[in-house]
Order: sequence, then structure tokens, then C-alpha cells
Amino acid sequence: MTATDAPPQAAAGAPKKQPSTAKSDPQKHGRLALLLLTPTFLVLALVIGYPLIAAIRESLYQKAEGVDESGFVLEGERFVGIDNYSAIFTGESAERFWNAFFNTTFFTVTTLILEIVIGVTMALVMHHALRGKGLVRASILVPWAIPTAVSAIMWQFIFTADGVANEVLNSQILWTTEGFQAKIAVIIADVWKTAPFVGLLVLAGLQIIPNDVYEAARVDGASAWKQFWRITLPLVKPALLVAILFRGLDALRMFDLPFVMIGQRKQSVETLSMLAQEEASQLRIGPAAAYAVVLFVYVSLIAYAFVKLLGADVIGEARARAKETKQRKAKAVTA
Amino acid sequence: MSGKARVRGAALLAVAAVVLAGCGDSGSDGGGENAASGALEGRGPIKFATGKDTSGNMQKLVDEWNGEHPDEKVEIVELPEAADEQRNQMIQNAQAQSKEFTILNLDVVWTAEFAANRWVMQLPEDQFDLENFLEPAVNTGKYRDNLYAVPVYSDGGLLYYRKDLLDAAGVTAPPKTWAELKDACAKVKATPANAGLGCYAGQFDKYEGLTVNFSEAVQSAGGSILDESGKPTVNTQEAKDGLNFLVDGVKTKEIPDAAITYKEEDGRRAFQDGQLIFHRQWPYQYAQANATDGSSKVAGKFQVAPLPGKDGPGVSTLGGHNFAISAFADNKATALDFIKFFTSEEAQKSNLLATSQAPTRASLYDDPDMIKQFPYLTTLKESILNAVPRPQAVKYGDVTAAMQEAAYSAMTGEASTDDALAELQTKLESLTAQ
Repeated sequence: MTATDAPPQAAAGAPKKQPSTAKSDPQKHGRLALLLLTPTFLVLALVIGYPLIAAIRESLYQKAEGVDESGFVLEGERFVGIDNYSAIFTGESAERFWNAFFNTTFFTVTTLILEIVIGVTMALVMHHALRGKGLVRASILVPWAIPTAVSAIMWQFIFTADGVANEVLNSQILWTTEGFQAKIAVIIADVWKTAPFVGLLVLAGLQIIPNDVYEAARVDGASAWKQFWRITLPLVKPALLVAILFRGLDALRMFDLPFVMIGQRKQSVETLSMLAQEEASQLRIGPAAAYAVVLFVYVSLIAYAFVKLLGADVIGEARARAKETKQRKAKAVTA
Repeated sequence: MSGKARVRGAALLAVAAVVLAGCGDSGSDGGGENAASGALEGRGPIKFATGKDTSGNMQKLVDEWNGEHPDEKVEIVELPEAADEQRNQMIQNAQAQSKEFTILNLDVVWTAEFAANRWVMQLPEDQFDLENFLEPAVNTGKYRDNLYAVPVYSDGGLLYYRKDLLDAAGVTAPPKTWAELKDACAKVKATPANAGLGCYAGQFDKYEGLTVNFSEAVQSAGGSILDESGKPTVNTQEAKDGLNFLVDGVKTKEIPDAAITYKEEDGRRAFQDGQLIFHRQWPYQYAQANATDGSSKVAGKFQVAPLPGKDGPGVSTLGGHNFAISAFADNKATALDFIKFFTSEEAQKSNLLATSQAPTRASLYDDPDMIKQFPYLTTLKESILNAVPRPQAVKYGDVTAAMQEAAYSAMTGEASTDDALAELQTKLESLTAQ
């Protein structure tokens, strides 16, 4: 993003001087591309590469423990190899880690499913609303505009023992104590906040579906359900997959909601990010970095699987589309 | 591309923050030591890092100081409201050896950590008239018998009780022991109209408040969390009796179910709503529960007493804030003078009047004018003088987490009292091992 505005002179200057050679000579073409991309790579290396490498390095070190005779903390840190990692997977912390791992995954799967269902519904409503379209869209987006920590406090009030939730359900559920109800509280609050995001992305996808496709389907006598299943869903799939990918990666890093709303160190809702935060807040930077790296690897694997298996096309959308049209043209020719 | 990069970038910025903090730390070898043992010298403008100045009185006092010391102006830097966030920012500054903050407004439980890490200066005891302060409050500013922070605000637990209900039930004096408390409660609840009331509550959610309430229960049964040499002592009969007071209370419903979710404000709402007969709470509740604007149903109907204990009066835990001087800042002499100014009797008096936060100077508790305005002062003084600080551990964060885990699992019935305390003893032993 930063790079695009950096080399306008080069971009503007090069084609003017030698428009034909730049196209015909692949070597020059490549050099120009490299030149144009260098700023991007530099920025990426600085804001992504460096912290990542530094985090991995830090996860191999440990601060000195204990105090000296006069009660002062010992200083310095030492190289411990993979000790920080093996500590995560052994003994009591392994139990805690796998519990947090399960919670993180559970939250991701459940919130994703609910958000897709509710988000798609919202998008359809927004898409079809005839009157007050603007108002409907704006009001659906309100939850997304509220910072997570703020909405967590709001939901905390709702879920207190004498709060609105119990009043409405006419129950006496202690939402913020350990137990499955705490998980449900987190899921409700998360879905409330982020379903509109999915809705918005899907709406964008819906709006590019041309109306004549539906007209044709109607002429062929397709039912509303069939139209949705055969036309809307396949055509909105690219947008939906991007939404799922973003939400999924977000959910894997879930932190503020359980932390603020339910509280720290509550087994039922503890996520991987919370483990890293707790270590860091106790100044155990090495173990904290190790947790963060493990989470990073997990998130990367999920992201990779998404892109590979579901074909969520985040990077090469334009490229793929170009290919598609080419193929279509070729097909048209052969036909 | 940029979208994905942004997602990943956001994830990594968090990592980066952690990592950068770590780098600052690794570079601090030696430097901190020199700074901490240096003298309190240098005069000039300083910055004062504190939590929110809710009443504006802090600014008023600073303005007064600045008027008298135009060359040594003090500037208030307000940190976030949450205590954890304040601690984080102060620690980040210390690890970067930043000169930004000169005076730090520390919670009483942070003294050991900040002193042991050489983030704050040792202070000359002879330059303060500490004998005029409440002794337990002064002790919270000490680490290994040296003074690192001067007490400014104190706090102690009080037993709020519904005097109207007790009177009606024929209980003339507030309970001094847990047995008396249960007895009084039973008498009040004997009336059908009061049968649905909760007997007792404190701060029992899994957070710092539970550490406070759990320590108080143990101390009030004659036990302690750490003994005088700093060794953990929670595997004793006294500690078990203390924790059992809370555990049995939950079992018999004398402590209402909802109380396991209570932080200060939840409990206050319940008390003000008339749902509780007894409530362990800090002094701040007094004014709010006595508000006559309709927000409180118990205005004028309650009184405060010292906390009850197993066989006699209970022992409160100390709250409050102390001022310390950062080891890395300039103009430490100014900082020292400013702390003296801020802890003077006049300053503390104006603070008490403006914020109703408990002062640390003993004389204010006996001032008839103050008592007239804050009728709980006498009881509060008694509570603070009997109080015991929470464990002064360098790894306080881990200590308090372990204590919360033990108390919470016992109170929610996940572990037996004996198991919870045995595990806590093991954890504390490894955390406090030198």
C-alpha cells in the first residue's frame, strides 16, 4: 500500500521513453518490475520480516530468574534453545496450552459458522431492501464500528448476574463464571460484532451479480431457493471466501472479548493470545514470544489450508480473472 | 495483497511490541544498577505518571506547587484507568530506561517488583516524618526494610451492614466473629420479608479482588499467606479455616450464588439495591450507598464496622497507592521535594475532602471536622492499623494468580479446600524461592 505512491516517476517515465522495448525485452521488463516492487519489499521486510525474526530469536532466550542477596533481580538473558517451546508442551502448561488451543479453535469454528449464516442473511436483506436502504445498511454496520474492548464491556453489563440477559431469559445464569455458558457469552458477543463485517463483504459480492442472470433464471422457472443456491451462492463465493478467511484469522487471534468480558485465567474461555499476553505481562518475554510464534504458525497453516483447499483467492484475484476470461474466449473460439 | 499483509501485519505488531520490549530489557545490564544507587540530585521540570485524576484535586495541588516553584514545574501524565495498563506503561518506560516519568504513582502491591528490578530509587527515610503515618501503609512502601515509595493513599476493608435490619431482628451490635455474623444473618432472615436476602458478599470474581478477600479470610482466621521471613504458610489449619469460611458460605448459600461474579461495582449495586445484609467493601461505597438521589435504596440504613474474624476481629488487607521516583529520570531532588509536598498534612487533607480517598497520615483520622464529614474514618483507621499487606513478592503477578486460582477453584467446588491450598503452597514455594 505504501509502495504504490513511492515510484510514480519511474512508472510515469519508463513507458514514455521506451514503450516498445519495455514490453518486448523480458529482462528489462523484469528489472523495471523489481525496481517498482523494491519499496514494497523494503516496507514489508521492516514491518513484517523484522518483528517476525526478532520474535523467533527472542523465543529462544530466557531472562535470568531469581534475585541476588540484597533482593535485586538478576539481569541478563541466556540462550535456552527450544526450552521455551518444550515448556509449552510439557506438564501443567501443556494442559493449559491444549485447553487454550481447543478454545481458540472452538471459538473460530462456531463463530465462523454463525457469522456466515447471519452475515449472508444480512447481506440479502441489505441487498433487497427497497426503502431505507441506506438506513438499514448503516444500522447493521453499527456493531462493527464499535471497538471490541468497548463492546466487551457493554456485553459484560448485559451478562452480569442481574443483567439484561438474565432478565430477558428469565434465568439465573452466571455467565461470567467458568463453564460452557461463558463460551456461549463470548460467541454471542463476537457474532454480534463481526457478522456485519461478513454481511458487508458479501453485500459487495452480491452487488456485482448482474440482474439479467436472475431474469433468465426466472424465465426458466427457477424457484427463489434454487436461484439462491445455483446463482447467488456460486457467484458470491469469492467474496464470501475472503470474508471467511479474514474472519477466521481474526478469530484465531481472539483476545479482547474473553479477556475483558469474562476475565483472565478462566479455563473455559482462555485463548492462545491470552497465554502469550499473560507471559508478556509477567515479563517472561521468551516464553511469551514462543507462544506468539506457535500461534503464528497455527494461523499460517490455517490460512494456507484455506487458500489451497477452498481456493480463497486473496492475492491473485485479478490474475485468475484474467486467465478465466482468456479461457472463456478460447472456449468461445473453439465452440 | 495489502489486505492480507495488513492482517498479518496486525498480528505481528503485537509480537513486535513484545519483542521490542524484550530488546530494551536485554540492553539494561549494569545501567540500572548505577542509576538506582545514584543520589537524588538535580532540579528542574519533572513529569508525574499516575492513574486518572478523577476529582481534579491532583491538578489543583500541582498548580499550587507550580506557582511556588516556577523553575521546577510538575506535569501530570495520566495513564489508562486500568491498573494493569498503568503498570505496563511504567514497566515499558523503565525497560527503555526512559527519562519520561520522574514520579510514579504505584499501587501498593507493585513496590517489591519495582524495587527489585531497580526501576525506582531507594528513598531516604530520615527525610520523611514517617512516624506520623499509619505504620502498615508505610510498610507497603518498603522492600527488604528499605523505603522505596512513600504512602499517599491508603485503603482498608470495612464490613458494611444493614443496621435497620439488624435492629429489627434485635441484634444490637455488629458481628465481631464469623459465627456472630451467621447468627445475625439467620435472625434477620427469620422474617419472611427478608428471607430472600443474601447474607454476605465481597469481591469473589477471579481477579485481584479475590486475592484481597481470600487473604483477609486467611488472616482473620489467624493465618497468613507468607510468614515474616517470606515463606508461604497456606497449608495450615488457620488458612484452611479461612478459606472454608468462604467455601462453606457458598455451599450454605449464605454467600449468594451471584457473588462469585462480583467485582467491587457489582457488589455495590447489590448492596445499594438492598439485596445484601453484610458486605465487605472499600470505603468508597459509603458515600454512594448513602446517596439520597434515589440511586440507593439503603441510604441512611447501614453502618460500617471492622471486618469480623474467626475468633475475634478480622484482619483487613491493605490497598492504596505510594509515590516512587524513577531510577532513570533527571531532577530527582525536585521529585523528592514534590513528594514531601504531596504527602504533607494540608495536601492530604485537601485530597481527602476532594476524593474521600483514605489518607496515610494518622492525624487526619482523628480530626473532628473530617470525622464529621466522613463518619467511617474511625472504623477505617482501626481497620488499616490492623491490616496486613498482600504478599510483597517480586513475582507478585504470579503469586496473585496462584492465590486466585486456589480460592476460585475451592469456592466453585472444583477442588477441595485441602487440595487447593496444598497446590497453592507448592506454587508459592517455587515462586518465592530465592
